Amino acid sequence: MNQRRHVLQSAVGLAGLALLPAAQATPESMRAAVQALTRGAPLQSGRVKIDIATLVDNGNTVPVQVDVASPMTPADHVRRIALFNEANPQPEVAVFELGPHNGLARVATRMRLATSQRVLALAQMNDGSWWQAQADVIVTLAACIEG
Amino acid sequence: MATRALVNLPRDITRGQVVEVRATVAHAMETGHRRASGGELLARDIVRRMEARLNGELVFAADMHAALSANPYVAFHLRASNSGTLVLSWRGDNGFAHSETVVFEVA
Repeated sequence: MNQRRHVLQSAVGLAGLALLPAAQATPESMRAAVQALTRGAPLQSGRVKIDIATLVDNGNTVPVQVDVASPMTPADHVRRIALFNEANPQPEVAVFELGPHNGLARVATRMRLATSQRVLALAQMNDGSWWQAQADVIVTLAACIEG
Repeated sequence: MATRALVNLPRDITRGQVVEVRATVAHAMETGHRRASGGELLARDIVRRMEARLNGELVFAADMHAALSANPYVAFHLRASNSGTLVLSWRGDNGFAHSETVVFEVA
């Protein structure tokens, strides 16, 4: 009985290993990717709003919108908006470049989610400050990023 | 094969209005992490950058990664000041390049 259970457990363990993706972003690698963009600048909470469904049926194409509170004037505007994830094969999603001619600091796109995870939105103002917001998303059908 | 792209603008644009520009380009956005049925890794083939230029001036850009969905869609806004031409261009792996020109007419 004991031995049988042991065999069963190893079988489960092996199956688990086989399912592990070859490469995967982690909260740590996401932090590293964020640092590479922000050059270690402190991230402040607020000003950024991320709009994404909390429960997603299909991870292949998930609408996401980022809004930043900014008058978008030459004196005070958003320079960049960036999206990151913590469990796709790579942490980077997209970096958008904006300026006063945009009038409104809002971008929308569609992204892939390999599994349930946290999505991070960052915004850099023209004064160089960085702001963040995050959202936790549950995915029921993952994107076939790993095939 | 000719690439298809769609760029959508409001029909009537008045001066000072902030308008939404929606753009998508037909592209598989192959991630480079998937395997073919034979087990070999499919090479990455993605659109890496999109740029929007209004009368030649860069007004919006996006650096894209494999985590964006196939047929990458981006929506952004523009403050309408002068009429002109809006050119959206995409560049990617394996020499992928495409651009669309739309008339940006401010009433």
